[in-house]
Amino acid sequence: MSSRLIMGTGGARSLEALEQALIASGAELATVALRRVDPTAKGSIIDVLERAGCRLLPNTAGCYTAADAVTTAKLARDAFETDWVKLEVIGDDKTLLPDPVGLLDAAEELVDDGFIVLAYTNDDPILAKRLEGLGCAAVMPLGSPIGSGMGIRNTYNLTLIVEQTSVPVILDAGVGTASDAAIAMELGCDGVLLASAVTRAQQPATMAMAMRKAVEAGRLARVAGRIPRRLYAEASTPDEGLPEL
Amino acid sequence: MKVTINGTTEEVAEGLSVADAVKRAGHEGAAFGVAVALNGEVVPRSTWTGAHLSEGDQIEVLVAAQGG
Repeated sequence: MSSRLIMGTGGARSLEALEQALIASGAELATVALRRVDPTAKGSIIDVLERAGCRLLPNTAGCYTAADAVTTAKLARDAFETDWVKLEVIGDDKTLLPDPVGLLDAAEELVDDGFIVLAYTNDDPILAKRLEGLGCAAVMPLGSPIGSGMGIRNTYNLTLIVEQTSVPVILDAGVGTASDAAIAMELGCDGVLLASAVTRAQQPATMAMAMRKAVEAGRLARVAGRIPRRLYAEASTPDEGLPEL
Repeated sequence: MKVTINGTTEEVAEGLSVADAVKRAGHEGAAFGVAVALNGEVVPRSTWTGAHLSEGDQIEVLVAAQGG
């Protein structure tokens, strides 16, 4: 995959709007949840993802216990014929922050069962280290709570996580606008996963395009090697050849 | 016999197969993208026609939905 932007599909006003946003985002991977069949629903999100050129990444959204998350992952593996899973074990329905204990338990069990686990976690470097140690394929720290749009609340912690982690680090949750995604990439994240910032924007397809460019720009800036921050100026124009006037 | 399909308790024929319960839940057509949990356990797609429900069973028929 060449895109470093992963799209979540939650929050879109319609499947049509979602499809346009997915295409504009250039994402090649998109998450879906598992929910009861709705006989009245029109259209298929699987078809939308296929037309948009996105591989499907099932997630365990809505799971508050390790047991539920593990069962959901197994159901998804059967339904979608993939070992990949974005693991979410939520601790609190107001903040949707991860439950670290349930998360570690579920991650351990799923990795043992052959899943490729991308673990949605908080910004605690120790928890990230534990998840990597269990064999998670990627660590996905939040910038701020899901859907909050507050961007990256703790850039220091995110920097620590990037520094210490050998598997991909993907910022996941809290992105509000394009600059948040760019900053994540500048800090060294390998990718960004976002949903609400695009699906709930006033113009989702336009925001999706912005996010695409932001992730690309942030990555280029990281690779290019930025100048350090200085307390004082460093002249960019040499004094040599200054006339005496 | 009474079973619960996607949260709704219904009267169904004895020995209803999981495959038929999936249709009853409202999903017709290809099985890709559909998962079934019977009393909390995954029922693999390949076993749907051979698996049968018993009195009091709770079955969840799930598909991909926006989320994540």
